[in-house]
Amino acid sequence: MRDNPLLTLLAIMAPLSLMSVGGGQAIIPEVHRQAVLVHGWISEATFVADFAISKMAPGPTSLIVTLIGWQVAGVAGAAVATVAIFLPSSVLVLLLARVWARHRGAPWQKAVEQGLAPVAAGLILAGSLTLFRAASGGWLAWGVALVSTAVIMMVDINPLLMIGAGAVVFLMVGG
Amino acid sequence: MLPNPAPPTLRELFLAFAKLGVTSFGGGLTGWMMQECVRRRKWMTEDEFLTGLAMAQALPGVNVVNLPIWVGYRLAGSGGAVVAALGVILPPMLIVVIMAASYGWLQRYAATNLALQGAAAAAIGLSLSMGLRAARRQMRKLWPACVMGAALVGVSVLHLPLLVVVAVLAPVSIGLAYRRVSR
Repeated sequence: MRDNPLLTLLAIMAPLSLMSVGGGQAIIPEVHRQAVLVHGWISEATFVADFAISKMAPGPTSLIVTLIGWQVAGVAGAAVATVAIFLPSSVLVLLLARVWARHRGAPWQKAVEQGLAPVAAGLILAGSLTLFRAASGGWLAWGVALVSTAVIMMVDINPLLMIGAGAVVFLMVGG
Repeated sequence: MLPNPAPPTLRELFLAFAKLGVTSFGGGLTGWMMQECVRRRKWMTEDEFLTGLAMAQALPGVNVVNLPIWVGYRLAGSGGAVVAALGVILPPMLIVVIMAASYGWLQRYAATNLALQGAAAAAIGLSLSMGLRAARRQMRKLWPACVMGAALVGVSVLHLPLLVVVAVLAPVSIGLAYRRVSR
């Protein structure tokens, strides 16, 4: 498959789509193995930069595959890699959503909703805690995060204002 | 709190999720979606949203894309699912490529990195406040509170795989809820 990088991208990314259980982070090691070690598309340093960018930029971290696709085969590569990483899992969710909608209002659905809500609430808290632990900037980051939590809970403020304020605080204290 | 009776148009859905996509610095996109879909626009109830979240997390795929598909379908059918997913993917995709192209230039400015770190730290507040809000409601009854606590401990303290936590807790919790509902 050396002749067509687009097909290779597709063949690598599409199965990964269905393997990424529990968030996009799970696929990063395999993406690294394929892109750097197996196919030698990009160097180790480029991969590290790609990872940093996709974490820094808004949107899902799995957009790292967009970057790799772009570096391998330009715009077409970016498009193919992105479609391949998102489409298979998306079809699965869509199918489940359809089944769900067909039985809307059924008593068992009420039970599923009431049963899943506390699980999801726990997962959101756990997710926030992960972000909290991973925040770069030490005490300053934790302070900003806590103040921002308190303000958003107490005042009906546009969260974007808080995000901007966080950036300004870091620039003033750190710069 | 009743959901808004008027469903959004495809354009509204796309724009709403595009905005969420480009403003989700430092992860925690779920918190943004809950703020937008449940609190601000009142498109669905909190329980409906949380159900979608649990499903999106349990299925393979990137949950920040799975969830818009779920929400989009619920609000506007297959078309809604497609535009919501595109909204959350396309604009960040452009940004990521532009940032990669100007990476050498960005790196020369330490301020860029610092500002992004600050934005990400403040964004944690949104995620945490949504989690606390959802938690407060679950704390009112004993069993949901226990299930929530178990999910939190399982993921954050024991570092169990997310799928395992959902696979164990969801059936138990749904079973308990079923007994409550059918009584």
